[in-house]
Amino acid sequence: MSNLTATAEPTEQDSTWAARAFESLRHMRELPVLAALVVLIVVTYAVNPLFLSPQGVKDLMLNSTIVVILAVGQAMVIITRNVDLSIGSIVGLTAFLTGTLFSGNPDLPIAVVLVAGILLGGALGMFNGLLVTLAGVPALVITLGTLYIFRGLNNAWAGGTQYFADDRPQAFGNLSVQTVLGIPIITLIAVAVVLVAGLVMARTRPGRDLYAIGSDPDAAKLFGIPTTQRVLSAFVVNGMLAGLAGVLYASRFNSVGATTGTGIELDIVAAAVVGGVAIFGGSGSVVGAAFGAVLLTTITSALTAVRVDKFWQQAIVGVLILAAIIIDRLVAMRNERKLRAEAQR
Amino acid sequence: MTSNHEAAPAPVVLELRNAVKSFGAVVAVSDGTIELREGEIHALIGENGAGKSTMVKILAGVHRPDVATFQVAGEDASFRNVGDSKAAGISVIYQEPTLFPDLTVAENIFIGRQPVNRLRLIDRRRMRRDAAALFAELGVDLDPHRIADGLSIADQQLIEIAKAISMDARVLVMDEPTAALSGAEVDRLFTVARRLRDQGVGILFISHRFEEIFALTDRITVMRDGAYVSTHQTAETTEAEVVREMVGRSVDQLFPKEPAPIGEPVLEVTGLTRRGIFSDINLVVRSGEIVGLAGLVGAGRTEVARAVFGIDRYDDGSVTLNGTPIPPHDPQASIDAGIAFVPEDRRKQGLVMDLSVARNATLAVRRELARMGLISASHEREVAEEWTDRLQVKTSSQSAPVSTLSGGNQQKVVLAKWLATEPSLLIIDEPTRGIDVGTKSEVHRLISDLAGRGIAILMISSELPEVLGMADRVVVMREGRVSEVIDRSDAVPEAVMRAATAAREEVPA
Repeated sequence: MSNLTATAEPTEQDSTWAARAFESLRHMRELPVLAALVVLIVVTYAVNPLFLSPQGVKDLMLNSTIVVILAVGQAMVIITRNVDLSIGSIVGLTAFLTGTLFSGNPDLPIAVVLVAGILLGGALGMFNGLLVTLAGVPALVITLGTLYIFRGLNNAWAGGTQYFADDRPQAFGNLSVQTVLGIPIITLIAVAVVLVAGLVMARTRPGRDLYAIGSDPDAAKLFGIPTTQRVLSAFVVNGMLAGLAGVLYASRFNSVGATTGTGIELDIVAAAVVGGVAIFGGSGSVVGAAFGAVLLTTITSALTAVRVDKFWQQAIVGVLILAAIIIDRLVAMRNERKLRAEAQR
Repeated sequence: MTSNHEAAPAPVVLELRNAVKSFGAVVAVSDGTIELREGEIHALIGENGAGKSTMVKILAGVHRPDVATFQVAGEDASFRNVGDSKAAGISVIYQEPTLFPDLTVAENIFIGRQPVNRLRLIDRRRMRRDAAALFAELGVDLDPHRIADGLSIADQQLIEIAKAISMDARVLVMDEPTAALSGAEVDRLFTVARRLRDQGVGILFISHRFEEIFALTDRITVMRDGAYVSTHQTAETTEAEVVREMVGRSVDQLFPKEPAPIGEPVLEVTGLTRRGIFSDINLVVRSGEIVGLAGLVGAGRTEVARAVFGIDRYDDGSVTLNGTPIPPHDPQASIDAGIAFVPEDRRKQGLVMDLSVARNATLAVRRELARMGLISASHEREVAEEWTDRLQVKTSSQSAPVSTLSGGNQQKVVLAKWLATEPSLLIIDEPTRGIDVGTKSEVHRLISDLAGRGIAILMISSELPEVLGMADRVVVMREGRVSEVIDRSDAVPEAVMRAATAAREEVPA
């Protein structure tokens, strides 16, 4: 036995402290996006102080709200190594549902409409989840299909009809106007969503199961984690959040119709990824995804504030997305190599 | 429950008798028996393919035996899945454990069973404390807060062991746990294993390293060809005895190579090294000669072959064919120079299963077949026919998909594909794996025939009888190095087995 011990072994203690500090930094996947956000705000403010005027701040919060809610739901799905591309269509359907309900019954309590939107979103999410878990086809393909199906339903239902701000009760529109401690009410709802989802994902067994599933789906099954059930519930929750976002969309924006929410799914996936949610699942957090959503909305506003031609804004956003992902990947690869080297020495 | 190996035998905690498990026509275990007592470390040994892994998978609940008497702690056991096996108190530590790379060490131990507070929220502090307590009990220093990604295999195994303890496992199965460990890591693992044994856990230890087996275990069970051979008290047996039992079968009636005139060296490999995989490999294969590359699974044989052929890079050394250097990492250059490579997994690497017999047989020469970039179907068929006839491939037609052929005939198509390139060196990895006994000898006759035509042949095989019957010389590899070169006249099973398994220190250079 002992004569096998020819190679010198490093003492474990050497690396422990450094590794731990290193590890906790590495663990903070939200850190880069948060830092980028701060830098962006400071620089933009220096160029154009109006950027942080009370109205400017309020606009930033309002613009971020719906994207944040959607990014939280999307992050939960991506963490299980899936994706939901149909959320834009779900937002469209639930926003139009909201318009329809209010135009028919102006006295309907807002809570009822919220619940209706969330239930419809949840049902659509379950449809996605069932197809993904039962058919065993990649979620990318399934939800690409349901993206068109849901949008088709929206078109058939809405036709040329559009609902405008006048069609809904004043109180409902006020959700996006009135503030508590300077924060718009719909933004408070989004913050509550982030906090609750963050707690569930970090501190409950089902939440941790989602990470395990995304980290290694086969191992998760071997460990006796109910993977089908968990992935299904991630899709349902994501659908419910998209439903909530759809209702709030109808409060926030002037008009809803057949094309509401078209194309936002990719913005949301981008927000989650920029926020440190690994596209292959298993790591990242809903809080990071929320930060990512705030960052992307803020970039758009900031570029307007520093008078970058609208024509260039999308390209710049795209470059930032790639930069965020490439930097994240490089850091992760370097860390991996370092850890491996430490472990093998 | 203490370590009373000398006194009356401890109660039996696990008993699997007369197990049979077959996969299709292949019988992996024909009569498997293992009896494990509380507080003992019990070695299960046998050659590659003796059925050890299948036995492990039966215990783990991965495979269900076709027939077996199976009791755990005195109760009949019939596992439908891994969960049943775990519930019965059996934990299996694989050579390369499956952890969740993104989760922390503590969470990997407790996933699905995390301690929760009154609000059903995970009590992370307690989880970390419990994990730290487990590591303290094992006497190892691991940070529970660290994420699992990047941990060494040794540490990953310890996490699995910690998990097993936290689940109150009565039986710990370790499937070749030391294969990827360094000396100090092996020592640490053994300290942990002894400690668990003293606490009454029954440990089944699978290993190829005799010095480990004799240092660690209390009893040894030998398997051969899927069947139980014997069980010994470790103290009362010798390495020579168990090696004899592992290989003990007559080799005489098996696949003799026809004598062929042996000519000039064709392949010369000098000092070939790929860091961490194999080092300082020297090989010569002459025309008309069959060199058998023997060794245990994982000894680095296939990796050497892949490097010679140019699929993988190597760090150092050289390869020459008929005196001309072969450029590294360039399979096309190797093919052009006259090397043919028949890989181990012909379904994935040797054949395109959905293509026809003719198309597969001519894959390696399609450039020569082409006229102005187009391949004529009739010309393709002619060339294919020539070789499939010579190799007596049994197929309904040249246009039948190769997936419809039997394993042996598929292997002949792979051979036909390479023979069409008229190689001077044939590298063939596990030529008869998964081929039924009848066709095996046909493949052997073919290989022998090719050697007779002056082709140099490097044959990798895990089947001792095949190596001993076919090879003019046997090059034995162990842990990435050539441990011994044995001439045909001296190649007896015991010598090859010892060279493949014995501790490096015990073998004269």
